[in-house]
Amino acid sequence: MAALEQGGAGLFAELHNLGLDLLWHPSVSEATGAEVLKIFADIETGAQKLDILCVEGSILRGPNGTGQFNRLSGTTRTLLDLTRALAQHAETCVAVGSCAAFGGIPAGDPNPTDSCGLHYDGADPGGVLGAAWRSRSGLPVVNVAGCAPHPGWIVETLGALAAGDLKSSDLDGFGRPLFFAGHLAHHGCSRNEFYEFKASARTLSERGCLMEHLGCKATQAIGDCNQRAWNGGGSCTHAGFACISCTSPGFEDARDTHVTPKIGGIPVGLPLDMPKAWFMTLAALSKSATPARVRQNAEADRILVNPKRQK
Amino acid sequence: MTRLVVGPFNRVEGDLELTLDIEEGRVAEARVATTLYRGFEQILVGRPAHDALTIAPRICGICSVSQSLAAAAALREISGVMPPPNGELAANLVHAAENIADHLSHFYLFFMPDFARAEYAGKPWHAEIAARFKATEGTAAREMLPARARLLHIMGLLAGKWPHSLALQPGGVTRALDLGGKMRLLAILGDFRAFAEKSLFGAPLEDIAALETPAQLRAYAEKKADFPAFLRLAGDLSLDKLGRCALPLMSFGGYYGSEGPLFQAGVVDPAGAVKKMGRIGEQVAASYFADSAEDPFRAHTLPDMERIGAYSFAKAPRLDKNPAETGAVARQAVAGQKLVRALLQNSGGSHVLARVVARVVEIAQVTIAAESWARALNVRESFCETAPPLASGAAIGKVEAARGALGHWVSVERGHIRAYQIIAPTTWNFSPRDAAGVPGPLEQALVGVETGALGAKAAAIQHVVRSFDPCMVCTAH
Repeated sequence: MAALEQGGAGLFAELHNLGLDLLWHPSVSEATGAEVLKIFADIETGAQKLDILCVEGSILRGPNGTGQFNRLSGTTRTLLDLTRALAQHAETCVAVGSCAAFGGIPAGDPNPTDSCGLHYDGADPGGVLGAAWRSRSGLPVVNVAGCAPHPGWIVETLGALAAGDLKSSDLDGFGRPLFFAGHLAHHGCSRNEFYEFKASARTLSERGCLMEHLGCKATQAIGDCNQRAWNGGGSCTHAGFACISCTSPGFEDARDTHVTPKIGGIPVGLPLDMPKAWFMTLAALSKSATPARVRQNAEADRILVNPKRQK
Repeated sequence: MTRLVVGPFNRVEGDLELTLDIEEGRVAEARVATTLYRGFEQILVGRPAHDALTIAPRICGICSVSQSLAAAAALREISGVMPPPNGELAANLVHAAENIADHLSHFYLFFMPDFARAEYAGKPWHAEIAARFKATEGTAAREMLPARARLLHIMGLLAGKWPHSLALQPGGVTRALDLGGKMRLLAILGDFRAFAEKSLFGAPLEDIAALETPAQLRAYAEKKADFPAFLRLAGDLSLDKLGRCALPLMSFGGYYGSEGPLFQAGVVDPAGAVKKMGRIGEQVAASYFADSAEDPFRAHTLPDMERIGAYSFAKAPRLDKNPAETGAVARQAVAGQKLVRALLQNSGGSHVLARVVARVVEIAQVTIAAESWARALNVRESFCETAPPLASGAAIGKVEAARGALGHWVSVERGHIRAYQIIAPTTWNFSPRDAAGVPGPLEQALVGVETGALGAKAAAIQHVVRSFDPCMVCTAH
């Protein structure tokens, strides 16, 4: 449903413009009941070609491996079974959202329904298709991770597939398209000056960096969230709350979303690929150099001190 | 008697299955089931209390803000924090954006495309409706979707993104708007008003909000726009006689502010007379769950696939042991909206027409209110109060989601969630039978619907089901 916001003339026009012909979607298509079952049957007999299979939502394996926690209504078949079957006929398989990619929130402890992703069970390759699985096109499952994923990530991935432009080299180690997974959510964050000086917000709604105290994982989480606009110009950190790394497997089991875990006062989760000692040294240095303007504004919900030239 | 199993039932959110017993071309009995269970209530237990704000909204991609607000309301009551006026106004605006967007999706993408079906090809209005509303192809979506996306820029401004924001906190909203932001908000609402007045209503929003009588509604139906087009075909198809349900209508009240809620909380009887709010409990006689207390504060949710007589993953919520209908029609009836009250009174209960009219009229009312909330924001004041750490306590977070009354029954012990029970609007409307064998609202509304030779494919079935705007993923969560 997040994809509905995509496109200047609406999603349907956007899909059309990118060369995509929507065979069926549960939320928007006319076909219902027996008409839908016929589409599925035709795919399985080969009478209907399936270029892209999009899967939304975790695949529920429970209870006891039966998949009965999610049955295809109108039938005795489980979604576990249907998904496995259709995947074999799809030229390419796309997991839309962190649930279909990795398991997501339903896989959160205690994972009551034994749910997982199409091609991953959390961070472990496998899922319901098995680690060695490849689609007819040779691609692994393309994981448009995110909870929810950006509408652009979804539609641009589908467009790239329709154009024959998405290769396995365009995916990261978790099957996520690099056009968004090559960035960190931190890139382009509107709080960048506060980050540079380690001028931190102490409570929600303050303007400072959210990493030191308020649990922000944007320096570790993939996504171009702060470079492309969400809903016309927003992002999590822009709105004053922490990035929870919703594009990563296992994000669902983090505790205390808005508290930065620390050992001896030092945050545990430091930027992805920066040597810890260097980070600590630079942080100490930049903290000591923080301008009063930045320090004061970090601990307020609005700009208290305006930028001005030193006399 | 013929038994039909209807599914996959699409253009609803989530997994829905109907079992219909047909006698002489009419539905004699209906059973409504949700075929998906994910276990959110089990996942919430044991987590730090504030993490409810991370987990609960993710129950649903279209009711996310409502789930956030219900969780925040419960935590607010437990912590005792009071949001500043800006916090309430901003939360109202975010909630309004979601609810209006959902009403638009329902009308344009879920409900209207059924009238474009070939079954109606002989109707004089069919060609026009099909051109405008045919699923994924009609011209209306090209106007509605960009207008909806623009409206949701409110989320970008105030909540960061939609769905699944953490901006809505017990103490208010985490983003304090500056003066430019407030102006952008007003500009977005202005754009939305322009779309609604031109394409949806063909009239000023104030005229729609002022509709009071069925006669006024009939006169308005002659205008050229999408809502009047629906009203004309509704008259032709007698949608006021379809999908009748004579049950109490319940609303938890919506959009709070210093002058009280925009829509009052309460219960009315099927003819619109005010009743006392009763006691809420959930039963599992026909649900795939182990026995549990009816009181949501003492209940748990543990699946039991072997339960004899079970047919749905939804529990059966009851108000003083009776089923109740919720949704825009209930919200408007409880709030005393005259047109909706009159439509109910004429029929002795709700029906397809009343449900859709209530929803669409609400788009006008809430847009007008949103403009006043945006103007009332004082960008020199705070938007969020810091909540003290949560210790122990229990509270019910009640909100009106687009689809009706949503409640979170939350118990916190030493800062962690001890128990969490959610009753969603569609759990009420699409409830299975209870311990006394009494069917839920949709199960009652489907009885008597004519299926003719078309059986499960009859559009009438589709209209009745979709008139409730079900959200099945919220239903069993």
